[in-house]
Amino acid sequence: MTLTFVDWIVMLVYFGFVLGIGLLLKRRVNTSADFFLAGRAIPAWVCGLAFLSANLGAQEVIGMAASGAKYGIATSHFYWIGAIPAMVFVGLFMMPFYYGSRARSVPEYLRLRFDEKTRGLNAISFATMTVFSSGISMYAMARLIQTLHIFDAPFERLSLAPEWIFHVSIVFSAVIVLGYILLGGLSSAIYNEVLQFFLIVAGFLPLVWLGLKNVGGWHGITQQLPGGYTHSWSGMGSAFTNRLGVEWFGLVMGLGFVLSFGYWCTDFLVVQRAMAADSMTAARRTPLIAAIPKMFFPFLVVFPGLIAIALPTQAPPSTAMRISGLRPAAVVGEGLIPPKIDGRTGLPILDNNGKPILDYDLAVPNMLLHYFPTGMLGLGLTALLASFMSGMAGNVTAFNTVWTYDIYQSYIKPNANDAHYLAMGRWATFFGIALSVAAAYAAAHFNNIMDMLQLVFAFVNAPLFATFLLGMFWKRASGHGAFVGLLAGTGSAALHHGLTLPTGATPGIKGAWLGSVLHLYPSEMAQNFWTAIWAWSICFVVTIVISLLTRPREEKELVGLVYSLTERPSDEHLPWHKRPVALAVAVLVLAVMLNLLFW
Amino acid sequence: MGLDVRLPIAALFIVLGLVLATFGVTSEQAIYARSLGININLAWGLVMLAFGLIMLFLGRRALADGDPRSPTRDRLPEEKGKTLRPGKGM
Repeated sequence: MTLTFVDWIVMLVYFGFVLGIGLLLKRRVNTSADFFLAGRAIPAWVCGLAFLSANLGAQEVIGMAASGAKYGIATSHFYWIGAIPAMVFVGLFMMPFYYGSRARSVPEYLRLRFDEKTRGLNAISFATMTVFSSGISMYAMARLIQTLHIFDAPFERLSLAPEWIFHVSIVFSAVIVLGYILLGGLSSAIYNEVLQFFLIVAGFLPLVWLGLKNVGGWHGITQQLPGGYTHSWSGMGSAFTNRLGVEWFGLVMGLGFVLSFGYWCTDFLVVQRAMAADSMTAARRTPLIAAIPKMFFPFLVVFPGLIAIALPTQAPPSTAMRISGLRPAAVVGEGLIPPKIDGRTGLPILDNNGKPILDYDLAVPNMLLHYFPTGMLGLGLTALLASFMSGMAGNVTAFNTVWTYDIYQSYIKPNANDAHYLAMGRWATFFGIALSVAAAYAAAHFNNIMDMLQLVFAFVNAPLFATFLLGMFWKRASGHGAFVGLLAGTGSAALHHGLTLPTGATPGIKGAWLGSVLHLYPSEMAQNFWTAIWAWSICFVVTIVISLLTRPREEKELVGLVYSLTERPSDEHLPWHKRPVALAVAVLVLAVMLNLLFW
Repeated sequence: MGLDVRLPIAALFIVLGLVLATFGVTSEQAIYARSLGININLAWGLVMLAFGLIMLFLGRRALADGDPRSPTRDRLPEEKGKTLRPGKGM
């Protein structure tokens, strides 16, 4: 790939803006609340877009297109049965407690509602997870820069060794994100996320438009691909009649209920954006406003994958050729998707049947190279880089808050003055990014970003939603119950994963690492969803049992933290179209329509 | 005075739109074979420019109105600098 000066100008303009926003916001950051909570002064629509964008990292843009190419339109389940109902639930039912309790983080809510140990457990596991996720973003970005040869020409001109491209990419992304968060804290991250949101749309919309025009629209895709690719629900009756390899119950309960609610309702990374809102109504509307563009994201991020696989197979793009050094005939993929290349031998990796394994993660990059001339190519690549950075920054801002408030202030140095915690927040940003860099190098040993992330979510996040559900809606739930329930849930997730295996996998990271295989799942996704279902159910039951055996908190201590003891937020004074409930109904109706449209 | 997020968005899209559209006007048609013969730089550059101008208009109007919902509104003096502490819930 050759970039010309105009591509570089587009990229430089963008990175100039990113740092410029940090500089502009710098003088507004005076207290730790400004740094960690953006002073709770952000309007709902800005929070909403940031809510969306914080999640719009590598796994979304690259991963969803990869899944689109692999599984087809069924990938939209991650949105239309996954994210949307969960976003509506967090806005309507949970935000009153998060925002109303004035907790500064999700772990802090757990301390207010339950006790110190439950908070500690959540804070530590969450902090670990954010560092891990941000490291994966960083790794994916560096690998992409390397694969697309973005820095090859400048490196050649400066006569630097090409082996350094990976390392320089990591350092480059780390420095940019560090720069703007250090300067402006959460406000800066949120403003940049909004900027990134619009840039990502601007970069991907014309890509989808050109792609659809080329393949003859949705009709053309349905003509090119087998039915399994273009229907989201019709084959879900059995795990063996759809591309996901999951049956409807596992999908709805595992993905739709446990994993999605676990992520959108309890993950501080996204909840933090709503907590920065300027009022309770704004905080409640944040996830609902975010749900509207979120619903249409499959068209932006899943469609490129579908188009890439629907296009006629052609000689592999120069990218694959240059890495492999093979003749074209030896590296034929499918559509625009090249086969996965073994880094050491330079040969395509074959599966058990001798067919090449496809490198679905290259769906989006190859689409960009295929359709965009120089100029737009710069914009498309900038949009990709922006998505990596917004994912990274989201994790880092969540990490520095949880570290400073929930770990440092709670266990290491309580009762220091505010300036001290503000300084600690800045240091935590630095260390968070340094740890992410370490995680990025660790991530280099794993292949599929999505599967790995979901494994982590299943172990840690899945039981968490049971804890929050009981905490917010059952005043009898006790701290001991919550703590033991969480441990039991995470433990049962690990146990389930360690005793089951997806078809065709070998025991190890994919499961069955406890020696025996009690159940064989038709796909890895089915195994992940069922791991989550188990974790949630065990946590739910154990929390109830232990709570009934232990002493509950005094009711007066739980006002504002539990549904039955909290005054309902009143929306009477708002015009109907600004009421969270009206917005929620509209969102759900639209989501049902989208499900029916691609049934 | 602070910063309405619409203004940096406007500025970014206006600059990028101008860069792409200008390049689109001066570039050779041959490079657009891959984008189905469409001068996508010019076309999308103009769309981005238009979007940037709309954002500029909205942002400036909010500024002129002193829109209380603008993220830049100054907080009350007594609120400023006050750290949010967790309630005594333990």
